[in-house]
Amino acid sequence: MATEHAPNASEYIVHHLTHWKSATQTSLVDWSVFHLDTLFYSITLGLLAVFLLARAARKATSGVPGRFQAAVEILVEMVADQAKGIVHSPESRKFVAPLALTVFVWIFLMNAMDLLPLDLLPNLWAAIYGAAGHDPHHAYMRVVPTADLNATLGMSLAVLLICLYYNVKIKGLGHWVHELFTAPFGAHPLLWPVNFAMQLIEFVAKTVSHGMRLFGNMYAGELIFMLIALMGAAWAGTFGSGLLWLGGVIAGSIWAIFHILIITLQAFIFMMLTLVYVGQAHESH
Amino acid sequence: MNLNATLFAQLVVFFILAWFTMKFVWPPIMKALDERAAKVAEGLAAADKAKTDLQLAERRATEELRKAREAANELRGGAERQAAQVLDEARAEAARIIAAARAAAEGEAEAAAQRAKEALRDQVAQLAVAGAERILRKEIDPAKHAELLDQLKAEL
Repeated sequence: MATEHAPNASEYIVHHLTHWKSATQTSLVDWSVFHLDTLFYSITLGLLAVFLLARAARKATSGVPGRFQAAVEILVEMVADQAKGIVHSPESRKFVAPLALTVFVWIFLMNAMDLLPLDLLPNLWAAIYGAAGHDPHHAYMRVVPTADLNATLGMSLAVLLICLYYNVKIKGLGHWVHELFTAPFGAHPLLWPVNFAMQLIEFVAKTVSHGMRLFGNMYAGELIFMLIALMGAAWAGTFGSGLLWLGGVIAGSIWAIFHILIITLQAFIFMMLTLVYVGQAHESH
Repeated sequence: MNLNATLFAQLVVFFILAWFTMKFVWPPIMKALDERAAKVAEGLAAADKAKTDLQLAERRATEELRKAREAANELRGGAERQAAQVLDEARAEAARIIAAARAAAEGEAEAAAQRAKEALRDQVAQLAVAGAERILRKEIDPAKHAELLDQLKAEL
């Protein structure tokens, strides 16, 4: 942080919630801007995930597995079982089950970035940014990609595309379009617009809630880490501020431990919903 | 919280990672898992089979043992019977030999006695003739009295 004047609480949080962007974004939606930090961390972690999995896969033998292989196998079996229970087409599972595995491991890793010390990577980045001759005050960095709505909605949109693909593939384009206009209420022509509206709402609601759920959880978790960090930062040498610092340590530990559950759970939920939505795409109304 | 092109980048990355996993991660792991499951099933089946085989072998071994014991018993019984028979035969043979020997000895003794008697008869006859000669001081014609002497000899 700055040496001349320490940021106040609101500045600290705003700084932490600002993305490293390819350009300044003025409107709410601007398709010409990239969040470079989100991209960097999500791609890096994605590569790490597939690298780890591929390493386990390359060494996979039917003999006695090592610990790492066993751990990956447990994960794969878990995902395979879930996929088998939800998506009933073995042909689709060939793609959907690995997809679910990727989703789970990738999102888990991205969520787990929340457990790193809050200021560690941003401060490192500020130091690098400053060393490169820029103003370190404007070195923005958010390390949790899933606390970026773009990332989570990007993934849920991908799931939507997969659902649309399977809708067409399994039911055939004609049958699916027919279903869009006749389900859920019936085939009466007067009901067609209502049915279609309901179907659209269903797809939009599924996709938005899918992405928003993960985003909301991780964003809130990140924010609470920031508040706890602020509490700890109140240390000023007095007894009262010492208590606050102690409170920061305790609350930080508790929240981090609880967050282990949340990051795993959210990764699991995202994976399960992916499977459920794809499974629904296989079923006719 | 703004929406921007990050969204589409993430979408593309999502598909690339999923494709990679589908291509290079999932199949080998599933293959290994299936193979191991098959191996374990095989192992369990082999263990089961070995167990039944063992039971079978034990049963057969007991059966063989029982048979062997029976055969040995039979053999021993046969041997004892045979030994007894041999002994009996030997005993009978011995008795027979003894009896024959005794009969032969008796026969021989009888013949010897007979011969001695014959000789004795001859001598007695001669003695009697000589005695009578001496007593009668008269020559007795042996040819004349042969019939008488023979009569005497037969009487002895």
